[in-house]
Amino acid sequence: MSFEPKILGFLCNWCSYAGADLAGVSRMQYPPNIRVIRVMCSGRIDPKFIVEALRVGADGVIVLGCHLGDCHYLEGNYEAEKKFDMVKKFLKLIDFDNRVRLDWVSASEGARYASMITEFTDHIKTLGPSPAGGDNPDDEILEELKAIEEAAGSDRMRALVGRERKITEQENVYGETVSLDKFNEIFDLAIKDEYNRHRILGLLEKESKSVKDLAKELKIDSSIVLEHMITLKSRGQVDFGELLGITPTFHKL
Amino acid sequence: MSEKESEDVRIGVFVCSCGTNIGGLINVKEVAEYAKSLPNVVFTEDNLYTCSETGLTQIKNGIREHNLNRVVVASCTPRTHEPLFRDCVKDEGLNEYLFQFVNIRDQCTWVHMKHPKEAFEKAKEVIRMGVAKAAKLEALENIVVDATPTAIVIGGGVTGMTAALSLANQGFETHLVERDDKLGGQLNIINKLFPTGQDASELLGSLKKRVESNPNLTVYTSASVKNIEGFVGNFEIEVEQKGKSIDLTIGVIVVAVGASLLTPTGKFGYDGNIRITQYELEKKLKNNEVKAKDIVMIQCVGARNDERKYCSNVCCMTALKNALLIKEKNPQANITILFRDLYTPGTHYEEYYRRAREAGILFLSYKLEKEPIVEENNVKVFNEYIGEEMSIPYDLLVLSTPLIANSDNKELAQMLKVPLEENKFFLEAHVKLRPMDFATDGIFICGAAKWPVDLTESITQGYAAAGRASTIISHDTIEVEGATSFLPEYNKNLCTGCEICITVCPYKAISKNENDEIEITQVLCKGCGVCGATCTSHAIIIRHFTDEQILSEIYAFGGI
Repeated sequence: MSFEPKILGFLCNWCSYAGADLAGVSRMQYPPNIRVIRVMCSGRIDPKFIVEALRVGADGVIVLGCHLGDCHYLEGNYEAEKKFDMVKKFLKLIDFDNRVRLDWVSASEGARYASMITEFTDHIKTLGPSPAGGDNPDDEILEELKAIEEAAGSDRMRALVGRERKITEQENVYGETVSLDKFNEIFDLAIKDEYNRHRILGLLEKESKSVKDLAKELKIDSSIVLEHMITLKSRGQVDFGELLGITPTFHKL
Repeated sequence: MSEKESEDVRIGVFVCSCGTNIGGLINVKEVAEYAKSLPNVVFTEDNLYTCSETGLTQIKNGIREHNLNRVVVASCTPRTHEPLFRDCVKDEGLNEYLFQFVNIRDQCTWVHMKHPKEAFEKAKEVIRMGVAKAAKLEALENIVVDATPTAIVIGGGVTGMTAALSLANQGFETHLVERDDKLGGQLNIINKLFPTGQDASELLGSLKKRVESNPNLTVYTSASVKNIEGFVGNFEIEVEQKGKSIDLTIGVIVVAVGASLLTPTGKFGYDGNIRITQYELEKKLKNNEVKAKDIVMIQCVGARNDERKYCSNVCCMTALKNALLIKEKNPQANITILFRDLYTPGTHYEEYYRRAREAGILFLSYKLEKEPIVEENNVKVFNEYIGEEMSIPYDLLVLSTPLIANSDNKELAQMLKVPLEENKFFLEAHVKLRPMDFATDGIFICGAAKWPVDLTESITQGYAAAGRASTIISHDTIEVEGATSFLPEYNKNLCTGCEICITVCPYKAISKNENDEIEITQVLCKGCGVCGATCTSHAIIIRHFTDEQILSEIYAFGGI
């Protein structure tokens, strides 16, 4: 049997959902794989919704809003774009970024909606089933997705995303504008760090582990893991556990 | 919360057949049967038309007999029918926010016509998702705000003047803004009116007089709208008139900006002299300047083609009217109208066409693929009936060009936060169900700003939009959506005071109060939900689209 992907769409009420309705009114045909969740604005799409959809087995997730400049709520789609970009950067770390897409459909673009869904469905078909979906999902991938969801939901990442437009387009509290390049540099580093920190937290959930063990499991240098442990300790997210010989172990708080 | 809502969740699911629109492709009985197996569902039913009186009664009976406290309707789209079903459950004493819509027509049976099996499965799954959300729905109260009993009409053509007069005559303080230096719009160009033959200036004169003498009506010519803030009942509008800025507090907005004329530069030898548009002909007729003996008119110039797909609606009648006027003056004139399809609908207009035939005006059809070729003194056209090319001499060539959207529609649309359609005309909330409304509360649309219309239709729509607008400002207060963002008391300790929510809110609805606490002004909030998705500590709740509600849909999608 050919692979029929499960696709979840998040559509904003005013443009893309209306565009999808127009496709219907115009009887434009597209593959029946998509299920839609209606929200008022694409800016409502919390990063965790996208990752959660992948965790419950979506082979693809598409977020659609009004065209930039045409948002019913003025700039919600710009916010959606920033949030989506973050999710995409996280997902790139586990080669899942191809399974998510953000695009724009206006209320009058029924044909655009139909062709977009057709194209996205075909694209997901070529990618094949998600390793996080089906009857036997890959546990390791599910753990990774969980770490990503938590990292994306962390106050640090949310603050960075929430402030991005203001500090790159306007200015920060010190009256300085941060260049987009500089911001991206900081942002990309934060993505990598928070991803690893939340993977560490995920591993520590089950049992206490030493820095060495963690480094081995995560396949990253133990000096980097140690730095993360110091940060996590200072945040009050981990603490020392028992000593194994002379090696301290950590547990999650 | 009423007693009904505090009890266990009892969901009723109503599956609409929509005649054959849904039921023709999938078995709605089986879908309803499936819905019975879903958690918290205690009653399901399929209806031929859930939106019919019978269907609504079935919902009410369901609520009463099965003590339902959540209602799910699986049918068309919430964009058109949610208000109807919300009212229906409200009538039966249920909070309107305990209603959930599931779209199994516009986004299911209509778009998967060749896949009945898959459409059937999809319908069941989206109902499962809707039921999951319904179980998490909470009762909400709408917010009541004061309505300023004033109106602004943007555009002082016949449509705008009609709308403004109607509102002013009802006693509302009305402001009419026209960018030109005089009122009247396209009516200033037109010579005679079809089908009555009355002088356009007569109608315009009397309309202008009534507008200008109405004590409730203020006219601003050479003026334009520069900025719009606020919301239904309380818009703050900046009008600029000759460099001077005027601030108005307005309850409702009527958009009547009309349309523009297309100049067919480079087409059919257009030169504005002996090869002119119908509108230039109007002017010549008005001044009694038409001396030509051989007149050829070409219809659908720049319309109903790849570039501009729509029919301009008024050109056939305009051509018939002007041809008849010429013929009346000079019965010896030879007039040929080259058309692709001739649209003369209704009793009056078809009669007009018959009169033109009787007067000896010739009608010849041409095809888009074989457009007439305009030469110096002849028009060559392929005659479909005899299968040969004909050469028709002319000393006046008249091109019927369509009405097109104003070039600055986009600018105004962005200020109003309303959509345009693909031809850049304004897009109403729903072509049949809400033809004069925009999706945004308190803003209305009429006349040629929406698509090309003739005078009769312009006037009708002007009255219609005024009627719709007055339903809002005739009340002292208006109810606005209760589905807003919300910082509940129990989440206040989560708030770190980062203030990012303040910066991302497009409506300035979030602020800090004197105790340094985040405060959300509900009436300013439009419920977009950006603040909730941004809040670094997950403290803000988006009512009716809570994390919990959306996640429940995601889990149901995943089969969990």
